Amino acid sequence: MNDEILKRVQSNPKFVELVHKKTGLGWKLTLIMLVIYYGFILMLAFAPKTLGTPIAAGATTTIGMPIGVLIILSAFVLTGIYVRKANNEFDVLNKQIVEEAKQ
Amino acid sequence: MKPQFPRIAAAVLLATPGLALAADALSGEVKRQPLNWHAIIMFFIFVAGTLAITYWAARRTRSASDFYAAGGGISGLQNGLAIAGDYMSAASFLGISAMVYEKGYDGLIYSMGFLVGWPIILFLVAERLRNLGKYTFADVASYRLQQTPVRSFAATGTLVTVTIYLIAQMVGAGKLIQLLFGMNYISAVLIVGVLMMLYVVFGGMLATTWVQIIKAVMLLCGASFMAFMVLRHAGFSFEHMFQMAVTVHAKGLAIMSPGGLVSNPVDAISLGVALMFGTAGLPHILMRFFTVADAREARKSVFYATGFIGYFYILTFIIGFGAIMLVLNQPGMMETVVKNGKQVTQLIGGNNMAAIHLADAVGGDLFLGFISAVAFATILAVVAGLTLSGASAVSHDLYANVFRRGRSNEKDEIRVSKYATLALGVVAILLGIAFENQNVAFMVGLAFSVAASANFPVLFLSMFWRGLTTRGAVMGGFIGLTSAVLLIVLGPTVWVDVLKHKEAIFPYKNPAIFSMTLAFVFTWLISALDTSKAANDEKAKFDAQFVRSMTGIGATGASKH
Repeated sequence: MNDEILKRVQSNPKFVELVHKKTGLGWKLTLIMLVIYYGFILMLAFAPKTLGTPIAAGATTTIGMPIGVLIILSAFVLTGIYVRKANNEFDVLNKQIVEEAKQ
Repeated sequence: MKPQFPRIAAAVLLATPGLALAADALSGEVKRQPLNWHAIIMFFIFVAGTLAITYWAARRTRSASDFYAAGGGISGLQNGLAIAGDYMSAASFLGISAMVYEKGYDGLIYSMGFLVGWPIILFLVAERLRNLGKYTFADVASYRLQQTPVRSFAATGTLVTVTIYLIAQMVGAGKLIQLLFGMNYISAVLIVGVLMMLYVVFGGMLATTWVQIIKAVMLLCGASFMAFMVLRHAGFSFEHMFQMAVTVHAKGLAIMSPGGLVSNPVDAISLGVALMFGTAGLPHILMRFFTVADAREARKSVFYATGFIGYFYILTFIIGFGAIMLVLNQPGMMETVVKNGKQVTQLIGGNNMAAIHLADAVGGDLFLGFISAVAFATILAVVAGLTLSGASAVSHDLYANVFRRGRSNEKDEIRVSKYATLALGVVAILLGIAFENQNVAFMVGLAFSVAASANFPVLFLSMFWRGLTTRGAVMGGFIGLTSAVLLIVLGPTVWVDVLKHKEAIFPYKNPAIFSMTLAFVFTWLISALDTSKAANDEKAKFDAQFVRSMTGIGATGASKH
């Protein structure tokens, strides 16, 4: 990449928008994942009994079971949200930036 | 067989200080089982198929790009399956289902940690990695820094991680072969080593990827069937399944709640850190992002991989409980052995065999044969991927860019990587013989700690922080690497359990939270104090790197076949 292209991309408002949106979403979703997972770990560390509470009176299943499965599902859902947004929105923007950099 | 090999084993042990010196591995009994023809025949069908693929791939593997990155022609879905395949190693299949079988809920905690790293890789690493790198993660880490020191560090980090991971895989191979195939131990380990070398040397990344994809599909199908049969047995009611498990398990209701895996908060968080960020530092996984055409496909691969891996962990959890229900205390499944002078009743072949025995219980001989063959295939595929990534570090990073300073030709580089593959194959065989009776899931945890503390911080900061300098990256990275290894040696798992000291010098089992923090702090500090001219030049190059990482302008494209 030569300096001219670099300058052109950096000064393109679409690039600023892409960086803003893409990194913004990336960090936001990262934070959500961290909160979910470390929230669980902290619960594990400080209140392990909570997770061992039966799901209903007399049940063997504890609430830790569905919580665990939900955390696994949340990881999948969060990646889905990101990929959808990136495929539909960021890629379009990115394509325009690349095209405009060539001119 | 073992008495013939103590010397080799001892040599390997001495050569790999700190890797949970498995002195115990030499004391167990090898129990050969009768030949299992179903398993052997199915395994040979798999081998014949994969060798055919290797032949096909060999004719398409000419350039370095073909060899390291399958020419960049793998699709997002294929790569997602291959990544999931790398991740669903025999260690996680057998190790995690065994952990669920032994401890119940704790096994789920472990697998959760393995999964939640994936979204983070997608959000922060995958696309940038694809846009900046060519064959190895060192390409990215050294993008605007000095090649020699940074690549030397990255290659060291790669080789250490790969070696520990290889141990876990080869241990799995050894265990399986004793129990499943009734084959002579040494010759079976040799078969794994030789096949793996054939795949990698002749078929490069293309063959390695397809072997991984086929195995991933087989494993997912087999595990789905097992989970289905377990649920059917429980009348498709989880409540019923848990009830039956609690009734027969020695720990009773305790298996339904978190137990001893995370005995204190620091250890719990530290384990989480290792699993989460270690994934983003595993060289054989990072390498897969260079096999797809562009950032878009890289992104899709993580989405598919996360789905497959998540589904797989839910299956292993059901399989673990199924083993409690259908295998524990069943006639013909248990044996009594003497461990450390005490009589212990365990599953035949050890508790790591829980999933295998369950296959027998739900599907009979034929299905047992299938799952055995799949488990063996898993080891082969993962070992091939690991070896390719280790070999790339030697040839692409150390030989081509450090030793020849970027002036080698492609032919020589490929040749070196093939020699490196052979050398790593021999090392893997020797390690397979040396470390037999260790808990394989624990060894994988160890690899994750090192990956999180050495590879991840440097890779992450190189992409996100303008201020990173060569000095900071190399010194900080090595501090992370040595502190992770040192703290594991001084911690309870090695200092007490292996070296038999009374009390651990370092109180925690999982060092990642300390070693990773040390790496970040020192990388930052040393970089910030570095005011040399070279450092200023490196910082100035960040803008161009950032634009390329975001847009893909100038990124290595896919070669057309």
